[in-house]
Amino acid sequence: MLEVKDLKVSFRSEQGLMRAIDGVSFNVGEGEILGMVGESGSGKTVSLLAVMGLINDPNAVIEGSIKFKGRELVGMSNAEMRKLRGREIAMIFQDPMTALTPVYTIGWQIAEQILAHEKISKSAARQKAIDLLAEVNIPNPADAIDRYPHQLSGGMRQRAVIAMALSCNPSLLVADEPTTALDVTVQAQILDLVRKLQRNHKSAVVFITHDMGVIAEIADRVMVMYGGRIVERGQRNELFLKPKHPYTKALLDSIPPLEGEKPKRLRAISGSPPSLLNRPTGCCFGPRCVFRFEACSVQPDLGKSGHAAACFLKGAQ
Amino acid sequence: MFLAIIQRLWQMLFVMFGISVLVFLIFFATPGADPASRIAGRGASAEILEAVRKSFGLDQPIYVQYFTMMKKIFITGDLTSFVNRGWKVVPAVLDTIPVTISLVMGAAILWVVFSMIIGTVAAATKDSWLDRSLMILGLIGISMPVFWLGEVMNLVTQSRFHDTWMFSWVPPLGYKNFIDGPKAWFLTLVIPWITLAILYIGLYGRVLRANLIEAMQEDYVRTARAKGLSETRILLRHALRTSLISFVTLFGLDFGALVGGSALLTEVVFNLHGIGKLTYDALLNLDLPIIMTTVIFASFFVVMANAVVDVLYIILDPRVRKA
Amino acid sequence: MTALVETRSDISRGPWATAFRRLRHDKVAMAALIFFCLILVSCLSAPLYAKWAGVNPFTSTLDATIMLDGKQTAVMEQSTEGLGLGYNPIGPTWQLGNYFLGADNQGRDVMARLLYGGWTSIIIASGATILTLLFATVLGLAAGFFGGVTDMILSRILDILWAFPVYLLAISLSIVMIAHGIDIGPFTIESGSLWLPVFIIGVIYIPYVARPIRGQVLSLRESEFVLAAISLGVPSHRILFRDILPNVTTTLIVFVPLMMALNMLTESALSFLSIGVQPPDASWGTIIQDGQGLLYSRPWVALAPGIAIVITVLALNVLGDGLRDALDPRSKIKLGRG
Repeated sequence: MLEVKDLKVSFRSEQGLMRAIDGVSFNVGEGEILGMVGESGSGKTVSLLAVMGLINDPNAVIEGSIKFKGRELVGMSNAEMRKLRGREIAMIFQDPMTALTPVYTIGWQIAEQILAHEKISKSAARQKAIDLLAEVNIPNPADAIDRYPHQLSGGMRQRAVIAMALSCNPSLLVADEPTTALDVTVQAQILDLVRKLQRNHKSAVVFITHDMGVIAEIADRVMVMYGGRIVERGQRNELFLKPKHPYTKALLDSIPPLEGEKPKRLRAISGSPPSLLNRPTGCCFGPRCVFRFEACSVQPDLGKSGHAAACFLKGAQ
Repeated sequence: MFLAIIQRLWQMLFVMFGISVLVFLIFFATPGADPASRIAGRGASAEILEAVRKSFGLDQPIYVQYFTMMKKIFITGDLTSFVNRGWKVVPAVLDTIPVTISLVMGAAILWVVFSMIIGTVAAATKDSWLDRSLMILGLIGISMPVFWLGEVMNLVTQSRFHDTWMFSWVPPLGYKNFIDGPKAWFLTLVIPWITLAILYIGLYGRVLRANLIEAMQEDYVRTARAKGLSETRILLRHALRTSLISFVTLFGLDFGALVGGSALLTEVVFNLHGIGKLTYDALLNLDLPIIMTTVIFASFFVVMANAVVDVLYIILDPRVRKA
Repeated sequence: MTALVETRSDISRGPWATAFRRLRHDKVAMAALIFFCLILVSCLSAPLYAKWAGVNPFTSTLDATIMLDGKQTAVMEQSTEGLGLGYNPIGPTWQLGNYFLGADNQGRDVMARLLYGGWTSIIIASGATILTLLFATVLGLAAGFFGGVTDMILSRILDILWAFPVYLLAISLSIVMIAHGIDIGPFTIESGSLWLPVFIIGVIYIPYVARPIRGQVLSLRESEFVLAAISLGVPSHRILFRDILPNVTTTLIVFVPLMMALNMLTESALSFLSIGVQPPDASWGTIIQDGQGLLYSRPWVALAPGIAIVITVLALNVLGDGLRDALDPRSKIKLGRG
């Protein structure tokens, strides 16, 4: 349904061109949950903002192709894009505390989105908003609809944001770290909710996070990003059980195991992520990689399909 | 809620009391400034000074003088001028209120409407030539002394171009009562309104633009974009609506100060006998009772404006409302 | 994204160097700075101009004559209107050094007075700015840092001053002081001295600067690096001078041109109401007042100093904007009411 091919996003800056996304290709099938992992600055959010057409920095350069249901999104006019946004592709943001306009009730904000895309009456939109709030398990939806964002807890706000995102039955839902700013117990509830809604609405979901645990819980397929590139992709089980890329391995090693002997120290990845201005030649994880060898001075390709890693070792270490 | 109102009232009273004491001290207790010698005139003999002191009650302790004056303003309302002793001060001050309110209200409407248009257009076309020229014009507006602008206006409309079709409608300087003829009232005030409004249009336009641009960086604007709303709707219904909160605060303070006498320079230049002009004339004659009354009146308006702003705040910003 | 990269390179350069570099790249602000310096230099050269033009801008010269188009012309012309009793000062000749802008009602060269007046206006504006910033910093630091009773008392006083329309306060102070000057213990200012408007304008704007400074100090005091310093047992005077003051300095620097602009407007207003600069001294405000009576016959006497004020204040405001952008890119600092 969504086909991204060789997407490149760069920003012109005083110091030169910064490449935030460097040739990313992926597909999202209908009703599928794709997990995207990576540390901050790895390009997860930027690539999805590009899909949403929400990069409106005049200094941004977007190249490549993004096809949604066969339509090319790169270079699409703003008015066209606007009809897709919110109706076909919806987005949930990281911080529910700041994602809602503080001066309007949540009901107003949900109805606003419905009215922007559907020709229905205000009262019908309101009724729909109440139903949506009930669907995301907000207690007393008829009452909560007239609440202002600051009157709700973080978890409730995120539910309201999710209700808003689902209001037009989008076929693709983009969730940008929707659980990061929440308490752990609330996180689990939100994850359950996303899964349930995904089943009910049959939407595809792209779920961004830096938390391997969250990915393990929710994703069908996983994509690991590093330095603006995809370094590994595969089915969830394959990737977790047999990681092929040293970076994925390192990420998994940095989680404390739940069973068995506890390691004395968790292994951290030494070094820091590459600067977007002077990216290393060759494999961008090279400078931090313990398995580095001569071949790594050339950028390795990611395999065409299936479980693949952008590494010459292909999991042979 | 009830407690908040009481607290607010208490605060108002405190500020008004503070201002009246401050003004009283400035005029009656500044070292070297003896009100009696001002009334008596330069080079008055010691006997005359003594007589003046006695006659005006200036021989009494300072706090007694203060309370006598307050009593005469608020309770008996029979405070009289020092310069013209039969002249009752309180009615004189009340007479000037319609003039000042007419001037400030009209200017306020102009500056709110135009600064909103300018600020929004500039923010929407950020960094374009239109934005730049609007902001430069705003800056010029802020940089002009209002009395000088008034004089230039007079020069153009009363003298140089008065005989052309453009400004032949401008009546001579001075105020006409609204009841005596709304048209004359309106025409005399047009030029003063524009003059007074220009500074504030520049100021508010620039502030609003900055606030809007800041608001457009907020997360909730990104959410609104993700909802598929049009840029115009995002700018007006989301960014402008949230920016209005600080706009209103600024407006309340300025409006209160202007009604309270800050429109003085405009009133002087256009010969409008408002509260500011009255204060100014009293200051030149050192007519202390009038000064005290107008200043207390001014502080009352400033404090009232603050209270109104608080109420508007509650209407505009649900976060201030208690659940 | 851009912000991220910028901060990285900024750290290597140091905040002041970065700010300076940003300011230097801001063409509009640099033009304003150069322009302001030009005005400053022209005003400084007022005595030279007066000497070259052979005029004394402070004494009335009703019987002076000048050479105009090879003809001897009186500076004060016999009025041709009405009964012909009055005198009309000569209008602008547009010849530098030869009553360029004409004469005022005492036959004085307006151009020479304009230059002298500019110097006075700039001096008063700068002096008042220094005074305001000095006191506002002390008050703001004291209220924000020590909190408690100090803060409560200072904040209440500032509240009262805040609610007082600033022009009324300035006028009240001026009226009382203009005749007698100030005489408080060892601190005396003669009436008619230029220090009087400096003092008055300096005092009235203290709350406008002290409030934002107090707010900034309050938030700095709650910031993690200060809390860390306190918990480490760093003495409070050291925290005040090493951690808080340098952060406040940025705000103060941004305030300098903006306050100067505001002060210049205030000075002109007071002088226009004849309670600011006193004769024989001239400032742009007093010249506008001199020109008020001649407005319809010789408008340039009032127009010229007004234009001078507008362009000077404009240059200062532009410079202030540039400084703010350079020192405080996210523009947290807002002047007084803003």
